[in-house]
Amino acid sequence: MNSKKQNKIAIGALYGIAGLVVLILLALLGYILASGLPQLSWHFLTAPAKAFLKGGGVGVQLFNSFYLLILAMAISFPIALGAAIYLYEYARDNWVTTTIRTAIEILSSLPSVVVGLFGFLFFVVKLRLGFSILSGAFALTFFNLPLLTRSIEDSLRTIDLEQREGGLALGLSRWETITRVILPATVPSILTGVILSAGRVFGEAAALIYTAGQSAPALNFADWNPFNISSPLNPMRPAETLAVHIWKINSEGIMPDAKAISSGSSAVLIIAILLFNFAARYVGKRLYKRLTSA
Amino acid sequence: MFINNDVTKGTVMQERHVVQPNDPGHPIILSTEDLHVFYGKKEALFEGDLQFGSNQITALIGPSGSGKSTYLRSLNRMNDRIATVTGKIMYRGVDINQPAIDVYEMRRRVGMVFQRPNPFAKSIYDNIAFALRLRGTTDKHELDEIVETSLKQAALWDQVKDDLNKSALALSGGQAQRLCIARAIAVKPDILLLDEPASALDPVSTGQLEDTLLDLKQHYTIIIVTHNMQQAARISEYTAFFNQGRVLEYDTTSQIFTNPQVQVTSDYVSGNFG
Repeated sequence: MNSKKQNKIAIGALYGIAGLVVLILLALLGYILASGLPQLSWHFLTAPAKAFLKGGGVGVQLFNSFYLLILAMAISFPIALGAAIYLYEYARDNWVTTTIRTAIEILSSLPSVVVGLFGFLFFVVKLRLGFSILSGAFALTFFNLPLLTRSIEDSLRTIDLEQREGGLALGLSRWETITRVILPATVPSILTGVILSAGRVFGEAAALIYTAGQSAPALNFADWNPFNISSPLNPMRPAETLAVHIWKINSEGIMPDAKAISSGSSAVLIIAILLFNFAARYVGKRLYKRLTSA
Repeated sequence: MFINNDVTKGTVMQERHVVQPNDPGHPIILSTEDLHVFYGKKEALFEGDLQFGSNQITALIGPSGSGKSTYLRSLNRMNDRIATVTGKIMYRGVDINQPAIDVYEMRRRVGMVFQRPNPFAKSIYDNIAFALRLRGTTDKHELDEIVETSLKQAALWDQVKDDLNKSALALSGGQAQRLCIARAIAVKPDILLLDEPASALDPVSTGQLEDTLLDLKQHYTIIIVTHNMQQAARISEYTAFFNQGRVLEYDTTSQIFTNPQVQVTSDYVSGNFG
């Protein structure tokens, strides 16, 4: 067999594999959307869930998902940013940084159910936070931190060493160089990483089942005082998210339209995650243009 | 000053020939004494002793790995976290190679332009203005003026004056390198260090860059590392020849190119090695 033929076969095989992956994705998306989209309505997206009767919605779960996401990001982003800047810009390669990197790697490969059970024992029980948004946000932080740190570190890595030297040569300190030269240039790719990890956090269920809990008490959307128990902003209330809701109605849902609600919720989840992904691309590109005035 | 000492290395005799500049019109502004640079345990530069006259261009030439870039980068302490530099670097009578020196302040006096153009991902205007703003120059009028003068000195003003708010990343290689020069001189240094600034440029841009440097020496002392011997011959008053981490010969550029005193220098400038 000559090399030209070999090349053709290899290319064919690679195209085949790539095609297969796309096909699987499209089939999954198609199935979820086809069975879920018909269930969607304004009522479904806003009404509270019903435990025994037909016609419940996912309004509270949807709100919980976003609220939890924002809280988790607010906690994990500053930590991840600091860790990544330290690891990539300041730390020298020695046993300390190797240990930190290994720890991050291990943390990122922990099964999320383990993170959830740890969160249950530590935040819910030990720190007495109970099943609450806060417990869930901390658990999600554990889940999210390694991935986010990695992704920010990768963003920093894309900036040439010459950019840093350029800053230093102008008499800027290392910190000024990082904050004025490096970070502005990486904002788009950091933001892309944040949005993509937001998608993962948004769809996370296992880490939340035992931390944020599986119940979604009715919320009073007219009450925005975070200290009131029925306020949507209260971080100490239990909060079932959309992903947890899907898991729950599929394992123990007893409402007559459980299947329809599960399909509808799955479609909402998938659409949200797709939106995150598209937003990541769009915002990243736009922001890059804005910041570099390209 | 005339130093002529023999260094025995194995069985080969190596000769050194160093004539420090001594021109009353160009007092010495920067000099190094007994400068050694170590990367870990490996010594990359041995006893670099050179003096530089103000408002002159000095070329550092030599084969790859001869230590010329290492030497240059030591002059504004860019090697601080990378290498160990021992010895004295005297700048206007102050040894800037001591820990007590404010290295950030010092680098504003001793600016640097790199091999690959490295404009920041900002507008052309901000590339020049942002370091000034950080140091407290916030007056818009003053900034405008500095940006304009710097760009004019770097011979870039006419090409970009209508595009100051466009991204610097859209500039061609030659333009980007001149922007980097403008950026470096905007903070008003005394000395400009250039590390093979033309090696990534085409011949036309290189020619323009050389003209720019010749203009700039009225205001700045320029030390340039170059692989291009014609370039060294065209623009510099003094030339130092580096080989294997040592300065083998230092003299006026015309001497180095027409009447080298060291065999290796002679071989190198005539293209027999390197």
